[in-house]
Amino acid sequence: MRKGLFTGAVISGIGQSDVGRRLHRPALDLTLDAAVAALDDAGLSRADIDGLSAYPGGESLARSFAGPSLLEVQDALRLELSWYSSGVEVAAQMGAVIAAAMAVEVGLANHVLVYRTVTEGTARARAKNEVPPPGPPVAANGSMQWLAPYGVTGPPHWYAPYLRRYMHDFGLTREQLAQIPIAARVKSAANPRAVYREPLTLEQYLSSRTISDPICLYDCDVPCDGATAFVLSRADYARDVPHRAVRIESVGAGSGPRMYRDQFPDHCFGAVAASQMWSRTNLRPSDVDVAQLYDGFSFLTLWWLEALGFCGRGESGPFVEDGRRVALGGELPLNTSGGQLAAGRLHGFGLLYEACEQLRGQSGARQVPDAEVVVVATGGQPNVGCLLLTDGSR
Amino acid sequence: MRILPALDPLSEFFWTSGRDGRLRFLRCQQCRYYVHPPSPRCPRCLAVGLEAEAVSGRGWVYSYALIPDDAGAVSVAAWIVFPEQDDLRLTARLIGLAPAEIRFGMEVAVDFELHDDIYLPVFAAVAGVDDGPELA
Repeated sequence: MRKGLFTGAVISGIGQSDVGRRLHRPALDLTLDAAVAALDDAGLSRADIDGLSAYPGGESLARSFAGPSLLEVQDALRLELSWYSSGVEVAAQMGAVIAAAMAVEVGLANHVLVYRTVTEGTARARAKNEVPPPGPPVAANGSMQWLAPYGVTGPPHWYAPYLRRYMHDFGLTREQLAQIPIAARVKSAANPRAVYREPLTLEQYLSSRTISDPICLYDCDVPCDGATAFVLSRADYARDVPHRAVRIESVGAGSGPRMYRDQFPDHCFGAVAASQMWSRTNLRPSDVDVAQLYDGFSFLTLWWLEALGFCGRGESGPFVEDGRRVALGGELPLNTSGGQLAAGRLHGFGLLYEACEQLRGQSGARQVPDAEVVVVATGGQPNVGCLLLTDGSR
Repeated sequence: MRILPALDPLSEFFWTSGRDGRLRFLRCQQCRYYVHPPSPRCPRCLAVGLEAEAVSGRGWVYSYALIPDDAGAVSVAAWIVFPEQDDLRLTARLIGLAPAEIRFGMEVAVDFELHDDIYLPVFAAVAGVDDGPELA
């Protein structure tokens, strides 16, 4: 029997800053709050940390999206590092976690701090008051030259044709799709940190503003401010950790044959990564107690349900239709924090944070009893990554 | 704010191909595979020496987004697939069609919008023809 993919690395600590629609606080400030919380939670001090990992890191992307660079965080905490890594062309947001786990597993570091910080809520509020200056046409480089001249300037526009074709091929209705954001608000009502906690009605969903037809406002997650951090530690530290250590049973990160946003052959982005994840463990979809599936857009959650084998290809609409299966108390409690659609776009790391809390029995009113196996899947086209986590009892 | 492609050595032929009204893709001279987006080598056989070859300019609508702009107008960004090769596809604007007139699999033909030295391919409906065989 295989004992799991990562036997030498565990998640020893978790931390999160304040989370809000608009906090008007510097990204580094939020990041340090999350980092200090994660260190305290892991029972470690700064001197113990010898690895640093971030998604996406660097200083070439918009700061409100990217958060502080490794350089800034290393200096702010004066970490002495044996290993560090950041990047955006990785297994989506979970790529930073997988990299940290690999570094610990092979002995490049003992304790790696991993973080993801966003201040997109505040940034968007500021941008609303700014009128773009008139000027000559803007030039689109690289892969965006094939999309941006046609108005396909961001994720809703490059995903809309996928959703439209899926609805055509499989008969998904907007009423079925609405169940994802509606269910998110049911869950977030029990999450004090969630950005939106009021119920969402089908009528509100169906009458909401079009972002990129067939995608409406409530299909899109909520830009917010917040930072989330984890500590990945050598497995022998699991004995001493104050809270239960979370085990990484398996991961998947495969790409499929084409990654260009409009050149993907079968429109089920996570299928390769998911099948790789299942091939590296003895656990099966039926063993999963809780699922945290990326909901940057509502339909990405549906496609992850299919990719991970919780239902067949094209069957996710009927799977979620009556809301009961994916509710707390259902056969597959889904996005129990309210996910990004309701709790805010902490960009994958919020889903992992909730997964760890569920495995540690700390989810309060939204705790799934005896949660032992949780799957976390993040991303869409072109980058995806999924993790299968356990509480160590399986 | 208009966004136009930045011409680079690999893509310049594509964005200026419409000068004579023809749509072109790179094609491998060894295995005859059409390559898009452009690459210095054929991704199927790794041969070099790809050349731009004109295609019919006819294609079918596989799917599309209806993108609203600030003024309340809607532009159609469609995925167009081509009869020349089953994995040859483009994102491009559909012109001259109201959203309700667009159908999956409808046949469209290339046209070009001129912006300085760039001929931006766009597609318009072809009247009185059948839908693509497996696309509707």
